[in-house]
Amino acid sequence: MRRYFGRKLLIYGLTFFAAVTINWLIPRLMPGDPVASMVSRANLAQPEAVAAMQAYYTGLFGLDLPAWQQYLNFWGALLRGDLGISIWLFPTPVADVITRAVPYTLGLLVPAILLSWWAGNRFGAFAARRRLLDNTVLPVGYILTATPYMWLAILLAWGLGIVAGVFPVAGGYSYAMRPNLSWEFVGSLALHWFLPFLSLFLVAFGGWAIGMRNMIIYELEADYSSYLSALGAPQRLIRRYAFRNAVLPQITGLALQLGVLVAGALVTEVVFSYPGLGSLILKAIQNQDFFLLQGVFLFIVIGVLVANFVIDIVYVLVDPRTRAGMGAEA
Amino acid sequence: MSVVPDEKAAVATTGVRAEALHFALRNGKLLAGLTVLVVLLVLGLFGPMVAAADPNAYVGPQFAPPSGEHWFGTTIFGQDIFTQFIHGLRATFLVGLLGGGIAAVIGMAIGFTAGYRGGIVDEILNMLTNIVLVLPALAVLLVINAYLGIRSIPVQAVFIGLTSWPWVARAIRAQTFSLRSREFVDLARLSGVRPWRIMTREIAPNMSSYLFMAFILLFGGSVLIGASLDFIGLGPTDSISLGLMLNNAARYNALHLGMWWWFIPPGLGITAVVGSLYVMNVGLDEVFNPKLREM
Repeated sequence: MRRYFGRKLLIYGLTFFAAVTINWLIPRLMPGDPVASMVSRANLAQPEAVAAMQAYYTGLFGLDLPAWQQYLNFWGALLRGDLGISIWLFPTPVADVITRAVPYTLGLLVPAILLSWWAGNRFGAFAARRRLLDNTVLPVGYILTATPYMWLAILLAWGLGIVAGVFPVAGGYSYAMRPNLSWEFVGSLALHWFLPFLSLFLVAFGGWAIGMRNMIIYELEADYSSYLSALGAPQRLIRRYAFRNAVLPQITGLALQLGVLVAGALVTEVVFSYPGLGSLILKAIQNQDFFLLQGVFLFIVIGVLVANFVIDIVYVLVDPRTRAGMGAEA
Repeated sequence: MSVVPDEKAAVATTGVRAEALHFALRNGKLLAGLTVLVVLLVLGLFGPMVAAADPNAYVGPQFAPPSGEHWFGTTIFGQDIFTQFIHGLRATFLVGLLGGGIAAVIGMAIGFTAGYRGGIVDEILNMLTNIVLVLPALAVLLVINAYLGIRSIPVQAVFIGLTSWPWVARAIRAQTFSLRSREFVDLARLSGVRPWRIMTREIAPNMSSYLFMAFILLFGGSVLIGASLDFIGLGPTDSISLGLMLNNAARYNALHLGMWWWFIPPGLGITAVVGSLYVMNVGLDEVFNPKLREM
């Protein structure tokens, strides 16, 4: 088991290293002089801001130093928590801008992932090999997984938000309020949270339901299932065993799907102008705010790595074979 | 997913092909998916030749709902949405084909090599696969595309291909592992057949159905990633794509203006392409895997 976690941690460490290296390398691959083009792209009116930015970037990139030193300096700044200064919200540090947005993204993403995984698995397992459900659920599930996240979000915003007028379609809370600790504000938060959540939930739900349904069918074909039913075991018991076996690949699937789910959350936030990381990315791209973009990228990578590690731990808790050191494959 | 047919199948290839064809022609899912896909493909391939050449030209009245003149209506600027739609479909197929194709080639190369060679080569390739697997593809693409100013569909597709291969490499590696110790592979090795030939002639044909299905899934995945990139604002600047249409619709407030004809067609187009691919995939799975056939 130590070997299992050691391997995993090594991979995550290397991934983080790769992500930071990408962050360092990509700006240096930019055609032309990165400092000049960034300052010109930033579209600043005041000359003193231009000068400040020019000096800041030149110092930050340290382009006159040898490459290895630039690289080490980059890591040094990163380890001090210095992700640079946002251009969009000029003198706010990128780290602050991101910390303000992260709770919204997590509040959306974590419940959507966990609930869709749980409900999708339950439902898929229930629908498998039940003719009527199988024939209706399956097509719906496939349509849902094939739906681009932003399109379902747009449809929901239009249908439930604008046409029916039940839910607000923009922002994380009512524009008439300032964040405070009152029931009214919490209610507003919940109301604005619901549609983005629903949209994320539905797309992911379709995928889990189909995956589980297919998995259960494989398990019901397996020898142990035939053996159990030959012994005269009740169908419910067989299905329960099938579910326990089928859930393991679904846990691995959750780890594999994290990137897609995060991507889905980002575009969903853009649709609803939800004040999370997705909206920050949109603003960063619109304002050519590369430091913000890089900061968000790093945050997403860290989040995905942490989530992966949590899933690894859960996997060990659920699957006794990993504990015995049989499933040491990383 | 699919089960590798056993080695006897390699001998009776023609019989297997005939059987596969027999079931393929009777598989509703495969045929339905294929029909939708072919209709959209024809529309995307030949539509732009018939319709106007420039999808972004201002041709009609602004803000017009669907009519006989403009089948899908017009945008807030008076661009014809149907023209944009068929040009966008073409871009969607291009992204899927190129992105999915590149990812499939990389995934196969790494998967076969790692699985067949084993040892230190496998360790290194496996490590690389795992790293790229954990990195969220869209986030990486956002940074790369924004910095390098990638705004053309083919280049975007190439980068999508470069980031979305890991799960295929992993699956192929696992299957290659199980095939490489089979007798027919040993026999080929003993007769002095070169590794490249063993991989292409002995191992790959035994998972050809799997390879094809993996390509279909990669195709769909590339389409979705491409659409997300376009939607966030990194779409092509000189042409149109379905994702960019959604981006425009959202940016110019089609929702609040009630212009449903602006945002429904592009999303529906993406969903139809990807959905028909997925349904085809299930159909193919049933064709290749007798256990899954309807009983």
